[in-house]
Amino acid sequence: MKTLSRKAVLGLACVLMLAPAVQAEVAYVSNEKDDTLSVIDLNSLEVIETVDVGQRPRGITLSKDGKKLFICASDSDTVQVMDLASHRIIANLPSGEDPEQFALHPNNKLLYIANEDDALVTVVDVDNHEVLAQIDVGVEPEGMAVSPDGKWVVNTSETTSMLHWIDTATNELVDNTLVDQRPRHVEFSRDASTLWASAEIGGSVAVVDVATRKIVKKLTFEIRGVHPDKIQPVGVKLTSDGRYAFIALGPANHVAVVDAKTFEVLDYLLVGRRVWHLEFNSDESRLLTTNGVSGDVSVIDVADLKVIKSIKVGRYPWGLAVKS
Amino acid sequence: MNSPLLVPRLAYWHCLRGVLAREFRRFMQQRSRFLSALVRPLLWLVVFAAGFRAALGVAIIPPYQTYVTYETYIAPGLCCMILLFNGMQSSLSMVYDREMGSMRVLLMSPLPRAWLLLCKLVAIALISLTQVYAFLALAWLLVGFEPPLAGLVTVLPALLLTALLLGAIGLLLSSRIRQLENFAGVMNFVIFPMFFISSALYPLWKMREASEWLYWACILNPFTHAVELVRHALYLELNLPALAITAGATVTFTLLAVLGFNPERAARGKGGRP
Repeated sequence: MKTLSRKAVLGLACVLMLAPAVQAEVAYVSNEKDDTLSVIDLNSLEVIETVDVGQRPRGITLSKDGKKLFICASDSDTVQVMDLASHRIIANLPSGEDPEQFALHPNNKLLYIANEDDALVTVVDVDNHEVLAQIDVGVEPEGMAVSPDGKWVVNTSETTSMLHWIDTATNELVDNTLVDQRPRHVEFSRDASTLWASAEIGGSVAVVDVATRKIVKKLTFEIRGVHPDKIQPVGVKLTSDGRYAFIALGPANHVAVVDAKTFEVLDYLLVGRRVWHLEFNSDESRLLTTNGVSGDVSVIDVADLKVIKSIKVGRYPWGLAVKS
Repeated sequence: MNSPLLVPRLAYWHCLRGVLAREFRRFMQQRSRFLSALVRPLLWLVVFAAGFRAALGVAIIPPYQTYVTYETYIAPGLCCMILLFNGMQSSLSMVYDREMGSMRVLLMSPLPRAWLLLCKLVAIALISLTQVYAFLALAWLLVGFEPPLAGLVTVLPALLLTALLLGAIGLLLSSRIRQLENFAGVMNFVIFPMFFISSALYPLWKMREASEWLYWACILNPFTHAVELVRHALYLELNLPALAITAGATVTFTLLAVLGFNPERAARGKGGRP
């Protein structure tokens, strides 16, 4: 009995000694009104650090090697590059005016940035810090996505209510798809066969066939006790196994869970106020949401489809990126 | 050879069993009472809470880790509402017992009065608990109220203590009420204020936003602390201040109730009347 307990103590001590060596997964959250990033430890679900960045940080994305973080500092009119080892800004990329969202090409070299005020998409080489092209799109471009195969870049323009299809080989706009009012975010499925586009004022999400660039399904939402005007879809995330789609419904304060195969809405999960963007952790067991008005990040358990915690961050959290 | 202590010990046990059996038999015969005890909180949960089911969740306060719907917030308070009504209803049954003379039969027992009343309290509490668990099952079915499963076990002692507290308050009241008709007064002056001026329906910070005196009235109300004890226990947390206040209030009200049933005092009280 004594030996057993001694062994147990030894075992526990080993675990405790090893624990700090395990690299914890962290989430970066851009706080639009605080000009900061909050760093959340995804094991303890607590904010472990707050880092000052440029003015009005919104869209953020990780480099494919996980070493750098690109930050749209909208009011500084630049895309900042943060070294994640030191949490220092190491470069400012020429982004064009008022960058809001962007997407990184799978080649880890080209960044496609939506310039809201200039109705442009700017293509930047992140290694040479050079602007390679500027492509005219609709009024108030916002959502950006690059297809997983790297062939397509899709931009949404809020006022024109269109998806603009840009061929990455030529950097030319080749097609447009009309969707409901104020499209804000686009997300490709893992196999690049479909594209999901949220329309904030239209209150819908269009599922577009990438091959034909035609809408194959339009999703609408209805939450008991919530006025339809408050249902304003923004962020969209799809699980890589093709099972679920999660859609942030803005001031409706809920995230819709959709069966990505049958397009049936399975559930609505209550999160903080004005839920904006979404991001998975690396094994997709958890989904994080930024809740702008309540200034927190909600954590959803994907297997149980339950909200397990809401973590206070800075004012108006906007974008999310997870580093494993 | 029988020890002289054995007989009284057995007698204590017989007494508890007898009182429990009588209360349960009465409870089984009054199915409508069981149903009405469930309908009341269910109406609050399904109808009243529906009006507050706006997009906005209730802000995060312990023990919750995230935003909760209003139904989830008021469910623990409604559990305590069942205990509150049962505690008070038992006081009604005591008055009835007294009017019918069965209380006199009970109090004629050679066992200490405190023990007799404690048996009565425990019997009322156990009956209330079955109703609370029936309510929790229905709340899960109707509005998807889902505390952690282990919470259904950890909440048991909290519910029992709350039931004893409210039963003791009921006993104290029944020692003061001389006629059945006075129960309406109990409703207006005890049940409603206790329920409404507490954290059962709104969080304390919300009360404080409304008015400072209302907040302090809630703090002074032992029912608030019982609700918070139950709320935390449902989510596997021990709220120590709430436990201390609820336990302290239970002991105080039980003592007062036992003193209230003192026959000498009662006799003196009666003798003094014209």
